[in-house]
Amino acid sequence: MQWETVIGLEVHAQLATKSKIFSGASIAYGAEPNTQACIVDLGFPGVLPVLNEEAVNMALKFGLAVNAEIGERSIFARKNYFYPDLPKGYQISQFELPIVGKGALTIDLDDGVQKVIGITRAHLEEDAGKSLHEDFHGMTGIDLNRAGTPLLEIVSEPDMRSIKEAVAYARKIHQLVVYLGICDGNMQEGSFRVDANLSIRPMGQEPMGTRTELKNINSFRFLERALNYELERQIDLVESGGQVVQETRLYDADRDETRSMRSKEEANDYRYFPDPDLLPVEINPARLDAARQDMPELPDQKRARFESDFNLSADDAGKLTQSRPQADYFEATVEAGADSKMAANWVMVELGGALNKAGLELNNSPVSPQQLGGLLKRIADNTISGKIAKQVFEAIWKGEGDADSVIEARGLKQITDSGAIEAIIAEVIANNPKQVDQFRAGKEKLLGFFVGQVMKATQGKASPGEVNKILLGKLKG
Amino acid sequence: MSLDHSDVEKIAHLARMALDESQIDAYAKDLSNILGLVEALEVADTDHVEPMAHPLHMAQRLRQDQVTETDHREENQSIAPSVETGLYLVPQVIE
Repeated sequence: MQWETVIGLEVHAQLATKSKIFSGASIAYGAEPNTQACIVDLGFPGVLPVLNEEAVNMALKFGLAVNAEIGERSIFARKNYFYPDLPKGYQISQFELPIVGKGALTIDLDDGVQKVIGITRAHLEEDAGKSLHEDFHGMTGIDLNRAGTPLLEIVSEPDMRSIKEAVAYARKIHQLVVYLGICDGNMQEGSFRVDANLSIRPMGQEPMGTRTELKNINSFRFLERALNYELERQIDLVESGGQVVQETRLYDADRDETRSMRSKEEANDYRYFPDPDLLPVEINPARLDAARQDMPELPDQKRARFESDFNLSADDAGKLTQSRPQADYFEATVEAGADSKMAANWVMVELGGALNKAGLELNNSPVSPQQLGGLLKRIADNTISGKIAKQVFEAIWKGEGDADSVIEARGLKQITDSGAIEAIIAEVIANNPKQVDQFRAGKEKLLGFFVGQVMKATQGKASPGEVNKILLGKLKG
Repeated sequence: MSLDHSDVEKIAHLARMALDESQIDAYAKDLSNILGLVEALEVADTDHVEPMAHPLHMAQRLRQDQVTETDHREENQSIAPSVETGLYLVPQVIE
């Protein structure tokens, strides 16, 4: 039987605020356990949560970026369950009237195909603490530094029909929240977490199959692998006469499999109710406007602008705008005087390759966009050839100064003076009579030999165009 | 609306309350009576009443995003039953 895959994703993006969503404790990663957990986070009696303005603004930016409905009022609710890393016995979340309502996101698939994925809602909530199950004499250790960290939970419609679409959607959300500056996107540190709901149904059938929810996925590669495993498992199960049970399953990356999480099964009755400690949040037009003003150019807009303003292919524009630092670097290189297509190439290939090799990020690049732009200008005006440019690039990388001073110091200026080139060519021709005869007898491939000899004599500094032109003239004449 | 024996068992479990088997039916009766009392509101005409999330007609005040709390781990942990290397220790939770 042919099966159709149905996937919906829930993304938890940790918001890049300084303080927690309901308290003034820091959310900086990596602090000593429990040094950033204040009495509000610990749920001491008598404390009151006060909402962080920046968390609201960040959620609004996301809502605007996915063209979502944003209501004038939003309310917080208590989601009740017991777990040691949740000190209050409830998580402050949103149920009715989430801050961000229905929206949509367009994802890009292979060969320029696009698909619109519905976003059901995005709501604000607080994160829980961390349980450490290493052995503390049969006890569990609890670190509540993370408790109260602001999260935006972004829920998609079950609109994805393949694992590829699911990964493309997750990547696009990741790109968007990082562009917006509302999340650092660090998946290893848990700043961006993905839960996936997957079900199968016979191709052409309307009603959805029973879904399982996959948790504990902390990279895009693991998302793909977890979904692959789960899809196979469900198909095998159904085809051998079994039934999928609705449950939460944990992805184990070491074994590359998903496992049932029994403890969560009976806990799915959260008895949400409006939190009496928090008044309804009013989103007035001024706040929404301010959020809109504060939004950067989004990846799709940037890509379209790169295509039209810089005359780049859709593919190059897409790759350059993949990350905001790379897009910014490219623009600064062009601003420094580089030709846009040349700049696109050098940023992605030469610079990208060198950074990769050195294990560096773009913001730690030893070559600044101004330096790269200066170098590319010298290729464009024929001061140096593309080949010599690679040498100059390496020298700039090593800190020998900008392009012009490296070219000067190393004497790399291209010889464009045709008189000088002609003299060298005459010498090469005089020194290689045998090859000249063979060339004239029809062995035209030997042109490469002569170009090579000239380049050797000039240490690669002769303009290749000029050399070719003069050589052909002399050899044929 | 009334609650039966199994409803009470479920609520007690969700609230992590240990109930004596012999008390359950009495609780079912008492809780059903409370629900009955609230049910009296059903007769009120609420067609023109806006649903309310909070009894106060005010909006939530927002806080500036600033770190204002300092580390009070030692004081906070002084009342905890068990602490080690800065962590609160609790009976093991098995996944």
